[in-house]
Amino acid sequence: METMDIVVESLTKQYGSQKAVDQISFTVQTGEILGFLGPNGAGKTTAMKAITGLFSFNKGEIRIGNKSIKNEADEIKKHIGYLPEDNELYTEMPVIDYLKFMAEIQDIPEEKIPERIREVVRLTGLQKEKHKIIGELSKGYQQRLGLAQALIHDPEILILDEPTTGLDPNQIIEIRELIKKIRKEKTVILSSHILAEVEATCDRIVIINNGQIVANGTAGELQDRAQGKFSMKVAIEGGETNDIFNKLKSLDQIEMVDFANGENKLFTVQSVDKNSPAKEIFDMCANNNWYITQMIPQETKLEDIFRKLTMN
Amino acid sequence: MKKTWIIAKRELSVFFDSLIGYIIIVAFLGFTGFFTWLYGSDIFYVGQASLQTFFSIAYWTLFFFIPAITMRLVAEEKRSGTLDLLFTKPVTDWQIITGKFVSTLMLILISLVLTLPYYFTIWGLGPIDHGVVWSGYLGLVLMSAAYISIGIFASTVTKNQIIAFLLALFIGIFFHIIFKMLAQSMTGQLADIINYLNLSSHYEAISRGVIDTKDLIYFLSIIVLGLGLSELSLAKRNVTN
Repeated sequence: METMDIVVESLTKQYGSQKAVDQISFTVQTGEILGFLGPNGAGKTTAMKAITGLFSFNKGEIRIGNKSIKNEADEIKKHIGYLPEDNELYTEMPVIDYLKFMAEIQDIPEEKIPERIREVVRLTGLQKEKHKIIGELSKGYQQRLGLAQALIHDPEILILDEPTTGLDPNQIIEIRELIKKIRKEKTVILSSHILAEVEATCDRIVIINNGQIVANGTAGELQDRAQGKFSMKVAIEGGETNDIFNKLKSLDQIEMVDFANGENKLFTVQSVDKNSPAKEIFDMCANNNWYITQMIPQETKLEDIFRKLTMN
Repeated sequence: MKKTWIIAKRELSVFFDSLIGYIIIVAFLGFTGFFTWLYGSDIFYVGQASLQTFFSIAYWTLFFFIPAITMRLVAEEKRSGTLDLLFTKPVTDWQIITGKFVSTLMLILISLVLTLPYYFTIWGLGPIDHGVVWSGYLGLVLMSAAYISIGIFASTVTKNQIIAFLLALFIGIFFHIIFKMLAQSMTGQLADIINYLNLSSHYEAISRGVIDTKDLIYFLSIIVLGLGLSELSLAKRNVTN
């Protein structure tokens, strides 16, 4: 297979009467890393499981490299590496035996298995732990083993379901570095409810809520979309607070003024559109002999977009 | 076939890594050995050079032991979630089920092979009917295979191993004894049908040395039905309405 685009078209999966995912469509291009963002229970895991071919779905279509998962699941599964949310492992097995089992089940030719095991053990930094029983590994090393298992057949596609949950901050950074290292030439879907993580590692973000896609774009695009109106904080000195407040309010470009901090004469202003009212404020101050001590444009953070789109 | 063996190999290594395998074998040998040689209507009490005592004890021992082996096979993987990961691998549900079946059957075969010294000992004690011994072993293997497939099915319907164990015993007891009792208290065609379902009559026929295709078909049907239902039970995740 040359290209490994993932195309999801109006995917619907229903559990009983409840729709876990409802008509979602998106595309992931070869080599792209897509962040799947949403509150718990939004349908991220269901959508990812459907892509891995874990179960069939009610409506829609998933195509990977122009092959439909409905018809050629076994062929597609050879090209996918999956790290499940809770990273379930056979805790009673030794690390090497586990990797050997996973390699065999992925149809890796017998003679290549030792080499592949060495490769993934090196890549995921498991050398020191490789002779242990899985149950004896710390959570961080179990996560590495989960990744090693997903990488054993050198898949073109990686599906990582919340790869950093339950890890301590050092481990989170290690796993994130690891993902950056292995993402080369791979198509990756990574889910998370940690925004900073998605912002740091992903090319594009899909936000999903109640089984539906509420946003799809780069971090920058999502910010632009959510911003709409320009807002900033401005501190003006040299006059009566109320005078300044009223004058600010009367400016054409300004829609709303609020006290951010009365003592310091700091105001929050929101513009009528996305253009900055800086020039009008400056002119106003100049006319009244006031002076500006601070002017801070307010950038909408991904957190705000996320909250705005997923609160209902 | 290759994937089935990969799954079976893993299960076997779990049996022996986790001591389950050794415990089952030792308990089986201890139990059957005790009642064959030392206690109750044992070999010396019967006073014949035959393994019939052993076969009737193994018939009950395996009935209780097999659900104890099969209960964790699928239920444990369902509870821990490792089964989901397996579903994302290029392996079919049928291969998963048959792999687990083969591994358990091999564990039973190992246990039975280890009882062959009983056979050789009795052979030394007096004139033994070799044909009956081998057909008796065949009967035990077929019966075990039938209960393994029932046990695996019970294990696929729940995440709880205890429920899987009890369910396997519950289904098993019908074949083991209840159908027999029902058939005895009934007459006519219904009694014939229920008597046909009774596993012990087929087992006894084979262990007497009468290998009839009717009995073989009976055991094969239970095995195929049990494994087929297990596969269906796993495929339930794909139901889409």
